[in-house]
Amino acid sequence: MGLFAYLKNKFSKKKDDQKEQITAEKYQKGLAKSRAAFADRLEELSKRYEKVNSDYFDELEQILIEADVGVELTLKLLDQLLSKSQKENISEPKRINEELIDMMFVDYLESGDSIVNDVQFQEGQPTVLLVIGVNGVGKTTSIAKLAKRYQNQGKKVMLAAADTFRAGAVEQLKIWASRLDCPIVTGAENSDPASVCFDAARYAKEHGIDLLIVDTAGRLQNKKNLMDELAKMKRVLSREISNAPHETFLVIDGTTGQNGVQQAISFKEVVDLTGIVITKMDGTSKGGIILSIRDELGVPVRFIGLGEKMDDLEEFDLDEYLHALLVGERKE
Amino acid sequence: MAFESLTEKFGNIFKKMRRETTLTEANMDAALREIRVALLEADVNYKVVKAFTSDVKEKALGQEVLKKVNPSQQLIKICHDELVELLGADNTEISYNKTGLTTIMLVGLQGTGKTTSAGKLALLQKNKLKKKVLLAGLDVYRPAAIEQLGTISKQIQVDFFEMGTDVDPVDVAKKAKERAVAEGYDVLILDTAGRLQIDEALMDELKNVNAAVHPDEILLLVDAMAGQDAVNVANTFNAKLRLTGVIMSKLDGDAKGGSSLSIKYMTGLPVKFAGVGEKLSDLDVFYPDRMADRILGMGDVISLVEKAQEVIDEKEAAKEAKKLMKGEFTLDDMLKQMKTVQRMGSVSALAKLIPGMPKLTPEQQEAAEKRMRDFETIINSMTPYERRHPETLKFSQKNRIAKGSGKTNADVNRVIKQWEKSKEMMKQMQQYQKSGKMPPMGGMGGFR
Repeated sequence: MGLFAYLKNKFSKKKDDQKEQITAEKYQKGLAKSRAAFADRLEELSKRYEKVNSDYFDELEQILIEADVGVELTLKLLDQLLSKSQKENISEPKRINEELIDMMFVDYLESGDSIVNDVQFQEGQPTVLLVIGVNGVGKTTSIAKLAKRYQNQGKKVMLAAADTFRAGAVEQLKIWASRLDCPIVTGAENSDPASVCFDAARYAKEHGIDLLIVDTAGRLQNKKNLMDELAKMKRVLSREISNAPHETFLVIDGTTGQNGVQQAISFKEVVDLTGIVITKMDGTSKGGIILSIRDELGVPVRFIGLGEKMDDLEEFDLDEYLHALLVGERKE
Repeated sequence: MAFESLTEKFGNIFKKMRRETTLTEANMDAALREIRVALLEADVNYKVVKAFTSDVKEKALGQEVLKKVNPSQQLIKICHDELVELLGADNTEISYNKTGLTTIMLVGLQGTGKTTSAGKLALLQKNKLKKKVLLAGLDVYRPAAIEQLGTISKQIQVDFFEMGTDVDPVDVAKKAKERAVAEGYDVLILDTAGRLQIDEALMDELKNVNAAVHPDEILLLVDAMAGQDAVNVANTFNAKLRLTGVIMSKLDGDAKGGSSLSIKYMTGLPVKFAGVGEKLSDLDVFYPDRMADRILGMGDVISLVEKAQEVIDEKEAAKEAKKLMKGEFTLDDMLKQMKTVQRMGSVSALAKLIPGMPKLTPEQQEAAEKRMRDFETIINSMTPYERRHPETLKFSQKNRIAKGSGKTNADVNRVIKQWEKSKEMMKQMQQYQKSGKMPPMGGMGGFR
C-alpha cells in the first residue's frame, strides 16, 4: 500500500480521544511551514506539468535540497526514481511524486514503532537523564519542558546545572527550577561539572527523587575536553546511582542544515546516546533532518519541539509526523 | 575552521584536474558538478549554487584556454573571482558616527549567539577601536539572559545597562540611549531577545525599538550551522527592519557555514563579523576576499599578520628587538612570546589561518596548548636568576623545579631544549634582519 493511502486510511477516522486530537493539532501547526515547503510544493509542481521530463526532475531536485534532505540522498533518490519511471513507463506527475514519497518514507514505517519514547524509569532508585547538545539549540528549555512533563505524571523531578561554562547558564536553569517548583543543584561558574553531578546524585538519593535531569555545557568545538568532562560526570554518577545515566538525550536544532547529522555523529563518538530531541520544528520549513538522522545514526528521535509553550514538547510519533508533513488537513 | 571541508573538497577537485593538460568542456563539467555538490553540502542556498556554477561555466567557456597555463589554475582563478563577487567583493565595517553615539542593535533567531556576540563586539570595540561602550540587555523573555550579559560585561569590563525583566524592551532601549548620550558613550549595543521571524508580535516589538531609538546599525545573527532556510530568515528580518549587515556565529564549529555566501548573494547584506571561538576575544572582521582565498586553500595569512600586530605592543617590541640584538634571550622572554601568541587567540585558531597547517587534529591542538601551559608552570617555579641562565641548571636544581611545578625532570629538560631552539631561531632572525629579508614566522615555530 502506498504511503499516502496508508496515512489517509489511518487518520480518516475522527479522533475520539481529546488528548489525541490536541496532539494531532500540535503536529499540524508545528509542521505547517515544513509542509508548505515540501508537500505543497510537490503538489503544485505536479499540477504544472502534464508529463514528467528532465525539467520536472530538476525542480524535484530543488524541492528536496531546499528541504534539507541532503545532496547525496537527493541524488540517490532521483536516480532510483528516474530508472523506475523509465522501466515502468510512469510519466504522470502525481504518480511520480507518490513513488518518490514512498521511496523516502516507507523504510521508516517498516522499521519504526517498536521504540518506546517515554523515559523508562528505574525501580527503587532515581532515574538519571543526561542532556547534551551544542550551544543555542534549546537544551535548557527542553529540560524545563521535560521536567514539566514528568511532574505532570506525578514524578518527583530535580535538575542539576552542570553547564558551568556559559555565562548565565546556571541562572537560566535556576529560574526554570523556581518556576517549576523543583529542587536544583548548582555549582559556581567554571567549577567542576562532575562535582555538581556528585552533589545532585546524593541529593536525589536522600530525597527520593524519581528523575534527575542533568544540563551539560554544549562545547563541541573542543571534543577532547567535552569527552573528558562527560566521562568524569558519568563516572561520578554511576558511582552514586547504579548504571547512571540511564538516558542520554542529544538536543538538535531543527533549523540546522547539513551539519545536524554531523553533529549527532560527533556526539555519538563521545557518549552513548539513547535518544534525540529535535527542537524549533515550528520555525523551520524543512522537516528533512529527522529522516537523515534516524537513517545514519540508528538513534531514535524521542521528542519533538513543536512550539514555544511549555507543553509543546511532544513524544515523537512517526505517523503523526508524516501525516502532518505530507498530507496535512487537506481540503478533500 | 568552518570552510575547511569546502577547502578540502576544492583541493581534491583541482588535484584531479592537475593531471589534465587542457581545459575541455567535458573535464570542466565534471569539476563543476563536484563544486556544485560541495557547495550544496556546505548549506549554500540552492539558487545561489545554481547561479554560481552557471556563472563559472559561462566565464570559463567564453575564455580561450591560455597556453602554458595550468588548466586547474585557470579554473581556480575563475572560481575565486566568482566567490569573491559572491561574498561581497569588499571589506565591510561598521559605520561609526563621526561625533556622538553610534547605536547597534543585534537581532536574530533564538540560540544564534546574540548575547555572546554582543559581548565580543563590545570587547573588540573597546580594545581595538578604543571606544567607550555601553551594553544594554533587552531580552526580558529568556530566563537569565540579562544576567548572562551582565556577567559578560563584568568579564570584559564594559558598562552594562538593564531594567530587569518586568519592563517593555522599548523603554529599556530609550533609557539606555538617554544614558549613553548623557554620559558620552561612543557605542551603545542593544542585545534583543531571540525570536522566530514568523512571530508577528515580537517582530513588531523590534520595529518599535527601531522607531524609538533609530539604531545606526541593525545586525542579524546567523548561525554557521543554519541550513537552506537561512536566506528566508534574513529576508524576513530585512523586510521588517531594514538590516545593515550580518554577524556569522559559530564558524569554529564543524558546520561549513555556506549560508554566508547565500545571504550576501540573495539579500545584498554584507557579513560584517565572524564568531570564531568560544573565548570573548574570538570575533573577527569578516573579509569576503580572504574567505574566498580560504575556500580555495590559500590560507589567510593577511588576517594572521594583522592579528599579530594588534596584540604586540609597539614599544615592547622595540625594547625586545634591542635586547635581541645584544644576543640576550631568557626563559622569561620565551614565556612572554608564548603569552603573546596566547593572547592572539588559541593556537588552534591561529594554526587554521596558516596555509598548509589545517591538518592539525583537535587532539593535537589540545596537546600544543597544554604544552604551553606546562611550560609556564615550570618557568614560574624557577628563580629569576635561573630564568636568565637556564644553561647553568644542575640536576638538584632541576629536581627542585620539577617538584615545585608538579612535573618531571624530563619536562624541565624539555623546556630548556625548547629555549635553546628558540634562542637559535632568534639568532637566525637577527641575521635575516641584517640581510633585510623577512624571517619565516619567527619565534613561533616552537609551539607545534
